[in-house]
Amino acid sequence: MGRFKIKKQDTFIDMTPMSDVMVLLLTFFMLTATFVKDEPVKVVAPGSVSEIKIPETNLLTIFIDKSGKVFMNMDSPAGMDKLVKEMKKSHGLRLSAEETKAFVQVPMFGTKKSALSSWLKLESAERNTFLNEDAKAGIPCDSTNDELKDWVGAARAACGQDMGIAIKADKHMSYAVIKRVMDSLRSIHENRYNLITALKNEE
Amino acid sequence: MAKTGNSKQKKMNARVDFTPMVDMIMLLVTFFMLCTTLIKPQTMEIAMPSDVETDEQNQTQVEAKKAVTILLGANDEVFYCIGNPSTDPFKATTYGKDGIRAILQKQNAAALAKVQELKDKFAMEQSSDPETFKKNKEAFQAALKEIKESKETPNVIIRPSDEATYDNLMSILDEMQICSIGKYVIDKFTETEQGYINAVKGGGAAQ
Repeated sequence: MGRFKIKKQDTFIDMTPMSDVMVLLLTFFMLTATFVKDEPVKVVAPGSVSEIKIPETNLLTIFIDKSGKVFMNMDSPAGMDKLVKEMKKSHGLRLSAEETKAFVQVPMFGTKKSALSSWLKLESAERNTFLNEDAKAGIPCDSTNDELKDWVGAARAACGQDMGIAIKADKHMSYAVIKRVMDSLRSIHENRYNLITALKNEE
Repeated sequence: MAKTGNSKQKKMNARVDFTPMVDMIMLLVTFFMLCTTLIKPQTMEIAMPSDVETDEQNQTQVEAKKAVTILLGANDEVFYCIGNPSTDPFKATTYGKDGIRAILQKQNAAALAKVQELKDKFAMEQSSDPETFKKNKEAFQAALKEIKESKETPNVIIRPSDEATYDNLMSILDEMQICSIGKYVIDKFTETEQGYINAVKGGGAAQ
């Protein structure tokens, strides 16, 4: 009887091709990554068949949430910085250096000018709760006290004519609120803007 | 120097175990996949009428025959009127394919036929060369714009009431796009319009 000689099998799998593919995938995702922007206030945009993409840079977004409160943000910290400087200069906004620094980093803001300073003193989580829950949140935008006008005007002055304005409003919002925002934009001669929508197919 | 005999070099295994690296890269890929938004939000460009143009000469009188007035009421109600709102009757309709779209398409049939023709022509000229494709697309957009703004298309006046929702407004603006209507304006909703709506509702109840 011959002895069975079991050949020792190599269990080592070559991982190199897999690693190659993975690195490729990783590179792809890293290069195409545009991170989900942190939006503390949830806004459900209405559907539309429009396929125009939103401009990426130099964009001022006005948010209108489902309770009708108005918020704003700029797409970059540099834009926020220019905006806050202009607000301080021409609309008498009072913020300390530290608060200014905090302001530049916030993903979204929307309080009365007078309340902005105290809002910036809060922790980041508290700020979001304030925006979502406090009845005093939101940029005032009515005939008696129209601060939205000041903010948009300041943004236009600070960021130049190329700055785009986008409105992202909740789809359940009544038109009355949208009208107030549009009227306030009209009063400072901002008549061209983008309405942000979600993609919907033509029925 | 004398040879020191057989300096036996041990055969080294040149293989590196890549498994931990793959693990880590997998994690990173997952992270990036979850954090990215590949779809950019869509947008609709809109130009509102300015309030400074009160010049008589700048004001274009809308030809009554081609004007369509759309009133957006509460609870997703839509009313439309073809012609002069003060003399022609308002009718109730609905959002979507069978409602307002059918009416607008009928009004805009001539232009829509042209748009379809243009689309067919564009599809025929489809080219894989990106340069030509771009050129064709630009020509297509220009031609489309011309049709949309030609005299044949109706002028649409949209008057959303305070009770209408933003979604309602977007649906109507969508219809403008679907029906290739280039001349539309969003205007104020006043007591007069509320009166028209009440008249339609009152008429409907009496029947």
